[in-house]
Amino acid sequence: MITSVLNTAELRKDFPLLEQSVNGKKLVYLDNAATTQKPKEVLEALNTYYEEYNSNVHRGVHLLSQKATDAYEAARTNVAAFINAKHSHEVIFTRGTTEGINLISNTFGRMFLQKGDSILITAMEHHSNIVPWQMICEERGATLKVLPIDDDGVLKMEELPALLDDKTKLFAFTYVSNSLGTVNDVHEIIAQAHGKNIPVLVDAAQAVQHMKVDVQHLDADFLVFSGHKIYGPTGIGVLYGKEQWLNVLPPWQGGGDMIKTVSFEKTVYNELPYKYEAGTPDVSGAIGLSAAITYLNGIGLEAIEESEHELIQYALEKLTAIEGLTFIGKAKDRAGAISFLLNGIHPFDVGELLDKQGIAVRTGHHCTQPLMDIFNIPGTVRASFAFYNTREDVDLLVAGVRKAAQMLS
Amino acid sequence: MSIHEQQEDIIEEFGLFSDWMDKYEYIIQLGKELPLIEERFKTEENLIKGCQSRVWLHAEHKDGKVWFTADSDAIITKGLISMVIKVLSQHTPREIVDADLYFVNAIGLNSHLSPTRSNGLLSMLQQIKSFALAFHLQQINNAKS
Repeated sequence: MITSVLNTAELRKDFPLLEQSVNGKKLVYLDNAATTQKPKEVLEALNTYYEEYNSNVHRGVHLLSQKATDAYEAARTNVAAFINAKHSHEVIFTRGTTEGINLISNTFGRMFLQKGDSILITAMEHHSNIVPWQMICEERGATLKVLPIDDDGVLKMEELPALLDDKTKLFAFTYVSNSLGTVNDVHEIIAQAHGKNIPVLVDAAQAVQHMKVDVQHLDADFLVFSGHKIYGPTGIGVLYGKEQWLNVLPPWQGGGDMIKTVSFEKTVYNELPYKYEAGTPDVSGAIGLSAAITYLNGIGLEAIEESEHELIQYALEKLTAIEGLTFIGKAKDRAGAISFLLNGIHPFDVGELLDKQGIAVRTGHHCTQPLMDIFNIPGTVRASFAFYNTREDVDLLVAGVRKAAQMLS
Repeated sequence: MSIHEQQEDIIEEFGLFSDWMDKYEYIIQLGKELPLIEERFKTEENLIKGCQSRVWLHAEHKDGKVWFTADSDAIITKGLISMVIKVLSQHTPREIVDADLYFVNAIGLNSHLSPTRSNGLLSMLQQIKSFALAFHLQQINNAKS
């Protein structure tokens, strides 16, 4: 029985790519944590931009440049409203989550990180929320500290107070784990960090497409996400930063658009948000992302959250019935991804046989090698869901896993 | 059987299956026939670099021929290496070095394997050839001295 709050079958038709066969089988796309497919609305927005008003922004006096600038800035306003930022200039367009984190690690790190200080992360971070901090810690003589997880893949919150010490300058953590699907108690974490005057960076790359994220309600200092994981184009992302932080931090990349005046003696930097957008930005990407957000608003994040939650519960239930299947990550509060292993079988073998059955999943370490080391596994098979996935997709996945298990045992 | 005949054999076997799941069934079956490497040779040194799953390969030169044994923690990989060993094992170093391996393309494996797997397969073949080359050079040196 289909009880979904969304008419998924109807909504799927908005995604041209999903209507295809792979290896002679109907495509079952369950690699949404890696990237999501794009609705027609996004593809049309990109096309219209290039066909009708492609032009450089913030520069020309001509009509096309004005149109492009208006659309680019409207995209910023749309993103700001989507995450409920107080000001649209608190939204900086980046290339993606990774660039957003690098921007903060470089600017915040150079300004506030001294020898002997530390940056705190968690054991479930993506490499993109580990390596930039490692780099800046090394440069500044600081230490990278890690909040551990338990066997279920849930943060050990009881260890957090001790880690939030007076040497800790910033806590960077993920909202939702890309490998385990764990949803962290972000409100509680931020409240504790702020209780000790420690700012936070929230990696929301796996959150914004699954649930309503409100930066003011969270009281996040910085929050980052990628366009392509929320049904938008690749190459565009968002860094949200509180105005008071972004005004204090130094610029990062230098170039055009981020300046007010330049002379060989002295450059005066532009104000927010342009201070952090050196060079010609990804105009079409921002417009495409904005179209994706408008599309999502039309469906409603609450409905998406409810529908996906139902589907994930259904998938967990069906997968549990497979003999020899172990879940990696057993958090109660979860979204997006389900990771699992078949008894003694390498995840690549399962992934390959699923692919031959038309089922796209991710296998491997999911850019979380330290996390895989904690579980002492080479990787997992990860099925990750979007609102356009159906119970039929889950049934095909389960049948595919059973077939693979039978062939490989 | 010559290297050429072995390849023809595999191409023919593969031709029997039209569905890729059946071809994989066959690869998995071949994995079960893989001459297994002795535990003592499962060393860091014998691990093939460039494979996402772990693959150990050992080569022995006896009676003028090279004998390969191997193992992997992934079953499909095991099948792939078994196929390669079937073709190349028990031939002279010279024959292995000179072998033109056309069967991988001919059975369409190249386009069906995931990129990480086909890179792994390539690393396997390179490792086998470099073992053979080393034995070949050794032979020449021995002949000189």
